[in-house]
Amino acid sequence: MSQSVSPLDQAALDRVADQAAAAAQGAADLEELAGLRRQWTGDQSAIAQANKAIKSLPGADKAQAGKNMGVVKRRVFAAFDARREALEEQAAARQLATQTVDVTLPTGRIPRGARHPLELLQDRIADVFTAMGWMIAEGPELEAEWFNFDALNFGPDHPARQMQDTFFVDPPGSGLVMRTHTSPVQARVLLSHGVPCYVAVPGKVFRTDELDATHTPVFHQVEGLAIDKNLTMADLRGTLDRLADAMFGAGVVTRLRPSFFPFTEPSAELDLLCFVCRAKDPACRTCGGSGWIEWGGCGMVDPNVLVACGVDPTQYQGFAFGMGIERTLMFRGGVQDMHDMVEGDVRFSGNFGVEI
Amino acid sequence: MLIPLPWLAEYVPLHGRDGEGVAAALVSVGLEEEAVHGSGVAGPLVAGMVLEVTPELQKNGKTINWCQVDVGPDNGGVRGIVCGAHNFAAGDKVAVALPGAVLPGPFPISSRKTYGHVSDGMICSASELGLGGDQSGIIVLSRMDLNPEPGTDLIPPLGLDEETVEVNVTPDRGYCFSIRGVAREFSHATDARFTDPAMIVTPPATDGGFEIELEDSAPIHGVAGCDRFVARVVRGCDAFGPAPEWMRRRLTQAGMRPISLAVDVTNYVMLELGQPLHAYDLHAVTGPIVVRRARLGERLVTLDGADRVLDPEDLLITDSPGGQRASRVLGLAGVMGGASSEVGSGTRDLLIEAAHFDPVTVARTSRRHKLSSEAAKRFERGADPELPPKAVQRVIDLLIEYGGGAADLAVTDSGQAVRAPGIAFDPDYPSRLVGVEYSHQQIQQILEEIGCLVERNDATATGQPVARQPVAPAPGAAAGAGTWLVTPPSWRPDLTRAVDLVEEVARIDGYDHIPSRLAGSPPGGGLTKSQRSRRSVARSLSDFGLTEVLSYPFVGEATFDALGYGAGDPRRLAVRLANPLDAAAPALRTSILQTLLGTARRNAARGLTDASLFELGLVTLAPAEPRQAAILGVDSKPSNEQLAALEAAVPAQPRHVAGVLMGYRVRPGVWGPGRRSDWADAVEAAKVAARTVNVHAVASQDQRAPFHPGRCARLSAGQVTLGWAGELHPAVVRAFGLPEAAAAFEIDLDVLTEVAPDMVAALPVSPRPLAKEDLAFVVDRSLPVGELVTAVGQGAGPAAEDVFVFDVYEGDQIPADKKSVAIALRLRAGDHTLTPQEIAQARAGAIAEAAGLGAELRA
Repeated sequence: MSQSVSPLDQAALDRVADQAAAAAQGAADLEELAGLRRQWTGDQSAIAQANKAIKSLPGADKAQAGKNMGVVKRRVFAAFDARREALEEQAAARQLATQTVDVTLPTGRIPRGARHPLELLQDRIADVFTAMGWMIAEGPELEAEWFNFDALNFGPDHPARQMQDTFFVDPPGSGLVMRTHTSPVQARVLLSHGVPCYVAVPGKVFRTDELDATHTPVFHQVEGLAIDKNLTMADLRGTLDRLADAMFGAGVVTRLRPSFFPFTEPSAELDLLCFVCRAKDPACRTCGGSGWIEWGGCGMVDPNVLVACGVDPTQYQGFAFGMGIERTLMFRGGVQDMHDMVEGDVRFSGNFGVEI
Repeated sequence: MLIPLPWLAEYVPLHGRDGEGVAAALVSVGLEEEAVHGSGVAGPLVAGMVLEVTPELQKNGKTINWCQVDVGPDNGGVRGIVCGAHNFAAGDKVAVALPGAVLPGPFPISSRKTYGHVSDGMICSASELGLGGDQSGIIVLSRMDLNPEPGTDLIPPLGLDEETVEVNVTPDRGYCFSIRGVAREFSHATDARFTDPAMIVTPPATDGGFEIELEDSAPIHGVAGCDRFVARVVRGCDAFGPAPEWMRRRLTQAGMRPISLAVDVTNYVMLELGQPLHAYDLHAVTGPIVVRRARLGERLVTLDGADRVLDPEDLLITDSPGGQRASRVLGLAGVMGGASSEVGSGTRDLLIEAAHFDPVTVARTSRRHKLSSEAAKRFERGADPELPPKAVQRVIDLLIEYGGGAADLAVTDSGQAVRAPGIAFDPDYPSRLVGVEYSHQQIQQILEEIGCLVERNDATATGQPVARQPVAPAPGAAAGAGTWLVTPPSWRPDLTRAVDLVEEVARIDGYDHIPSRLAGSPPGGGLTKSQRSRRSVARSLSDFGLTEVLSYPFVGEATFDALGYGAGDPRRLAVRLANPLDAAAPALRTSILQTLLGTARRNAARGLTDASLFELGLVTLAPAEPRQAAILGVDSKPSNEQLAALEAAVPAQPRHVAGVLMGYRVRPGVWGPGRRSDWADAVEAAKVAARTVNVHAVASQDQRAPFHPGRCARLSAGQVTLGWAGELHPAVVRAFGLPEAAAAFEIDLDVLTEVAPDMVAALPVSPRPLAKEDLAFVVDRSLPVGELVTAVGQGAGPAAEDVFVFDVYEGDQIPADKKSVAIALRLRAGDHTLTPQEIAQARAGAIAEAAGLGAELRA
């Protein structure tokens, strides 16, 4: 194998280099390649022998011989390096292939939580109003009767005071109730903040209704109050239309319907065109065939409320509204049964995640 | 209010509208649709001539009639029908429901085998057809003045094609508790011509009628309890007989039970006009009738059979038997009569009463005695003081027409109803408030249409100022030139201010004319710190793997017991409701866990045992000494002192966040064995909540229900307690049916927000190399590791960037009462690379400080 070659015989050197490169290329794995490399470049190899022969050459030939050997060695080493890289790459690929996993296996090691959709909706509503420059406020759920009724123009003998199905606090005459609406916060904000005033109040309210598919004794409203110099029912309508768009998407149709609340005059209910039948099915179960579904009450704040809160009603006027959050969720998400919203089953919240 | 359409149509043309059409029109003026009722009867329902009646005694002792009935050639001629009633005979014409018909129930009619025959239809009673009232047997058509050919469709003649619209009347519209009021509103909605049923000619009041005296020793708010009382006498009337069929049907459709002519006629007129009336047996009352307040201790058995103790505020109708003036109580004025003066079978002479009572008096009596009646419903919303004589006349006319007899000529009309003053009205106010440009002419037209008298004082008119002046400055009432004086009609006591008239203008013109315009509010500041904190905490906990739920805040003693609260635990001191829905849960929660654990139980019971939940909400802390929350005035802003006192009377309601962690936090799976939630997850959840708002919560060992006494951490920020967390006491876990070792936490979000920094100062980040020193100490087993970590950090000085425990060991290598704690100390300076001397110094400082806790460095 190790035939001797003269370091001055370029043709012979080229042949050795060709043979070495071919041998390297033919190595099947890294181990074989290492053996071939020893064989073709080791001490006993033709290249090493030729290299050794340089020192016994006449001085004049040494330079040429050295140059020749340099070329040959670079070629041979490059061939072995190239093959080594190729084989290493193949080995690495084989190694990775053995590490293949089934990516369809379960991955959920960290438990996933969620927020309650009624709370998410209230946050979303708060965002709609803060974007319009309004402030967000809250008040106590156990409230003074004066704030819940009297300050809102529900006199002690007003029939509407009875229609609210109020939870009273023991002992009778304590002057405290569970707030029946978020409206007492209207009076609280007017008294503490003054006018002009633009405030939205999402929160919990209480009525003595037994829980069934459409009623719950504890539910949520968002109250709105805007008092300024020149606000009209047109501004009320525009504000609620904006909220309706944000809640239900553009294209929702609203109407104002005359109604009565002690703390607004004129008063109205805001109805939404039935999402299911679009007022086309007299037998529709969602709207009862009327074509419209009630979203909440509203109106221009009664001058008596402004007076009780220290605001001059000849200078300031404005509007108020209270929309049902449960109703909003029902219309948005098609929730069929109130039980789902109040029972706290984690599957109900879980379905919504943290974004609604 | 139930409105049978044919009745409505007597006073306003419906122009072909059906029930839905009428309801839609009424909605537009503010009468909300509740329902549209049909009769519930679907044909075939036809007239049948009874040819043969064969009584057959049955084994059960009952006799049935096997009848041959001719139902006309188109319906198959003669049919055999089994009938259990006996109030008819061969030759009578009856109502037959043929197979395929549906009666109210719904009861579908089919041919069926019964009592040995095939009964090929059904002979109907009034009650089976939903016609109400007469339960005494089947309908004999001749007794209803009907004589149709056999086979004639009976749906129209029996009124079974009539629809009734039910509307919700808001408390300001008392006048709509009448066909009169609803017809008027329908005319406003549709422009159809309204004919007032109260356009009744009445004779003038005379002397010599039944003596009526009005007195009031204790008027409420200075308003007399009764300001008008009309009484007239009818004699020789068959008052106890039945009312005509059409009237009985209408009463039934309107939701009232027909009783007798006298009662039915007064109810009919009340429904038609809105004026409650009463008919007395003339010989059961002795004049004078005196209207007065009750005396202490007086009692009355009302028509509903209840024996009631009266209150001195109750207004009474009394009479004067045996010359004892005002000694006998006949009824609670405007609410309910007594049993003693009722019309009975022998009654032929009647005293008819129609009065006008103070709404507040009636409302209070009705509420006090929990006695709601059709009369009270109308009086407490304000009845029309002009109606009493007209309503009495209408009753008399109907009684005489259907019961015979004659009215006395004398007419008693006591008292004088006070007319409401005119309202000063700025005709530009509606446009200003509603945002629609209404012309003055349009406004005047609308106000007159609803019955107002409008006296215009336009600058361009005669120039003569209106004589009467507005009562007090109010919005829309600016006095002077251009101000109108508007006098509302007698049936609208709700219209007292200019703003009330604005609603009428907007409502009659139509709310659909109001444009949609977006108010430009001044720029705002976004959410408050507390609102942002709340949101961040909720989001962090959900990211931590907890699911937000909501629970009702109502609790009872049993829950306090189940949570293991001691007898003196202040959390037992809860505000209680006077009228709870559930007697077992009458109090308001003082901790969220009280109700959240119930929700955890429900999830566990549904097989969701690996659930972790949290809730944000208010708890209510009962004050040690409850104060009464005053009912302040509303005529002006209460003083700051009054408001402060009111505020102080409202119990504190801090916002808490609580969580329950149960079952597997990491489920066993392809990744290996699972890991169950334990005390540490609960403590960490609380710390996560705090960290979210940049508060470093530190745990310390504590004992507190409902936690395991050895696995409970108090969480503090500096000296401030935020809350508690840990494993639930095994007894609590059992009581709520939760998975073993379930854990929980609760912290006060208001306190957390309070201690959270408003702004976070930046921390300079050092690029210098980190020095790592690990220290193993042997300490007493009882020493909380947290204290050791704190000591090491303090002792190491300002270079300590991070200190953490990486191993705790108890066992063979260590004395039995000791444990080994391995602590990693990470050191770095901000401005230079630490020298070996500095590192050694920090290490020595840490060891020295730990030695203060009895910690020895392990060799």
